[in-house]
Amino acid sequence: MATAHGAHAHEHHDDHHTPTGWRRYVYSTNHKDIGTMYLVFAIIAALIGALFSVAMRLELLHTGVQYFNAADGTPDGHLWNTVVTAHGLIMVFFVVMPALIGGFGNWFVPLMIGAPDMAFPRMNNISFWLLPPAFILLLLSAAVGGGVGTGWTIYPPLTLQQGAGMDLAIFSLHIAGASSILGAINFITTIFNMRAPGMTLHRMPLFAWSILVTAFLLLLALPVLAGAITMLLTDRNFGTHFFDAAGGGDPTLFLHLFWFFGHPEVYIMILPAFGIISHIVSTFSKKPIFGYLGMAYAMVAIGVVGFVVWAHHMFTVGMDVDTRAYFVAATMVIAVPTGVKIFSWIATMWGGSIRIEIPMLWAIGFIFLFTVGGVTGVVLANAGVDYAMHNTYYVIAHFHYVLSLGAVFGMFAGFYYWLGKMSGRQYNETYAQIHFWTMFVGVNLTFFPMHFSGLAGMPRHYVDYPDAMAQWNYISSIGAFISFGSTIFWLIFVVFGTLMYGRKVGANYWGEGATTLEWTVASPPPFHTFEELPHISPTAHH
Amino acid sequence: MVGKRCLGILFGTLLAGLGLAVGAQAQQKQTPVVGVPHDWQMGFAGPYTPVMVKVESLHDLLLVIITLISIFVLVLLLYVVWRFHASRNPAPTTTTHNTFLEIAWTILPILILVVIAIPSFRLLYYGDKAQDAALTVKVTGRQWYWSYEYPDQGNFMVDSRILPEADRLKLKPDQPRQLAVDEEMVIPANAVVRIIGTAADSMHGWTVWGFGIKKTVIPGRLNEGWIQVPKEGIYFGQCSQICGNAHAYMPIAVRVVSQAEFDNWVAEKKKAAGLMPATSVASAALPVTR
Repeated sequence: MATAHGAHAHEHHDDHHTPTGWRRYVYSTNHKDIGTMYLVFAIIAALIGALFSVAMRLELLHTGVQYFNAADGTPDGHLWNTVVTAHGLIMVFFVVMPALIGGFGNWFVPLMIGAPDMAFPRMNNISFWLLPPAFILLLLSAAVGGGVGTGWTIYPPLTLQQGAGMDLAIFSLHIAGASSILGAINFITTIFNMRAPGMTLHRMPLFAWSILVTAFLLLLALPVLAGAITMLLTDRNFGTHFFDAAGGGDPTLFLHLFWFFGHPEVYIMILPAFGIISHIVSTFSKKPIFGYLGMAYAMVAIGVVGFVVWAHHMFTVGMDVDTRAYFVAATMVIAVPTGVKIFSWIATMWGGSIRIEIPMLWAIGFIFLFTVGGVTGVVLANAGVDYAMHNTYYVIAHFHYVLSLGAVFGMFAGFYYWLGKMSGRQYNETYAQIHFWTMFVGVNLTFFPMHFSGLAGMPRHYVDYPDAMAQWNYISSIGAFISFGSTIFWLIFVVFGTLMYGRKVGANYWGEGATTLEWTVASPPPFHTFEELPHISPTAHH
Repeated sequence: MVGKRCLGILFGTLLAGLGLAVGAQAQQKQTPVVGVPHDWQMGFAGPYTPVMVKVESLHDLLLVIITLISIFVLVLLLYVVWRFHASRNPAPTTTTHNTFLEIAWTILPILILVVIAIPSFRLLYYGDKAQDAALTVKVTGRQWYWSYEYPDQGNFMVDSRILPEADRLKLKPDQPRQLAVDEEMVIPANAVVRIIGTAADSMHGWTVWGFGIKKTVIPGRLNEGWIQVPKEGIYFGQCSQICGNAHAYMPIAVRVVSQAEFDNWVAEKKKAAGLMPATSVASAALPVTR
């Protein structure tokens, strides 16, 4: 190729691929920009979702109904349910999934596997841009037709009784689901076809593995949800009776369909966090991950078994006792690969040279708190004991320990680990320490007492509770306020503080422990990376 | 656990005593309030039924196991962070495999799970269905109150609604806010009672604290369980399946009384329902469905 011609082509190439201004984002086909947009979107949604939870904890601070009253002064349980529902749906579909999969997945899967971008960059664009309309529809659903007061599980017949907001919520979930399915197809294709030469699947970093398993779960689970909520939609508007007993249908059918999606969904939320934690533990122990294959296939096992345990959410609905016995056994099996992961992380640290940097603090916090959330899951797996706990605050404590203290700790761990990589600037250590410790105290204060109120029998979705349950609720509320304060502190001092005043960092600011490919490119990485594919040697560590 | 239970019994007795003292002025004998939550409660209510005795013993086992596991992980983490901190261990090893360890931490959890599974399955099958029920109560969840039907006693029905606060203070001051109802479900002590649950409009959740039973009741379906309460008293629970606006305001109250008192109550209800005396003969002739 002639030099002059080559230079011209290069110039043209740049013009074409680095749009500026609003076009750079709205028309974006760049995995890093799209990843950034996902992260910004998730932060905005998280603040709204957190505001809802603060409203709930404010109400539950004292007995009686202080804020959630109708115009005539009587308690408005429906408004309460609407806020609970919005909180749940926002956190699941518009915070955890966009941040972990859309955000970190988009940013780091191509970088880690040495690919120039995602396989389908334009589809990546539409994946993201489907989310804001879905989110707006969900927010509208809380305001239109009296709101959706059904809980995030949207069980009929209650959902059949809701106003027009319910249809908006269903449409919102359809769009968010389509967005996730497109994203999943993109990740699977990227990971299977665009790994750098020499990077076999068994040499692929664990975060890419976690996203690969997650993408399969999304691809198989979300269509079932889409089908279920479509049947809900036709039941509501077009005279079908899939879930209406009066017309020969059965509400239990929806429960089965919902949880066939819903249980894999909880692994969809936690698996990418597993991936992030593996990288961080390895980096700050200066050791390759212990039992790499076991770690990768533990995630595959969790994903596979995750599809055959769904009815443990339905022990109380009157299934045959042998069916319940099967779901008890299958559910307990999940503890085994999860245990393998916990112990492999600790074994990775064993014999390492450990630096307690901020991401490592979050990772260690994650390992312990996820263990606490995991073991209460084993308790709940026992159908006989579950009858005393089903739909109480014990369950709320359990799933917030694995999600709010698991997935969210994973998100913060990833944020601190990669912030320098994504922005080119490093956070302030003191602010980050304050954020971690206030958050750690806050969330534990919020969720640990919920085990007690749950054992005492406090049911979920309650706007008011018996006076004897006031003490633990008071402590939970104080914890929630501390956590919210901590989040605002993080937003101002860590996010904005770092982006504006953080010190600049080089390509590999964590040093020799950080071995994956994203540490070979500049911080922040150039608009296009790996235009020349890296080659992975057979001896490379993961 | 034992300490908490003692505290619970103490508190329950205290409340019951209070209830009796207040109730003394009423001409009717008042049933003591037993199954209520107490301040700073950390554990289960009860156990008030044979099923709950087993639930609690399994939970005690589980609590020990999960506490030990959590502490084990915490101690390991803290030890590793201290022992292998960069200042103490500047040169990391490159160990990434240890077949013995990897097998051990797969097999050991499986063994622990088996230890849990055995009593768990026993409990599951034990609590499933009534073997020899003395009577059946059909529970129907409605927006937002409960109906109790007594098919073996002539099929009369009792609606159970939360007492407005002013009425509670007047009629049942010994019972807690949020929990007191106008008409409790009444059952005889010691009798095995089959519960059949269904719902009229939305799903609801029927449960009583310390009974070890929770039935999500669903329109168009029957959901069966059983209870047997040896101790007379009033026991409470709350609707445990989101059901709309007044979900938090449809408590469950069960009054457990002596057989004689139960018979009186039945007679009274049948009279009120216009079922006396004609139906009593008919119902006595009916074969008891088992």
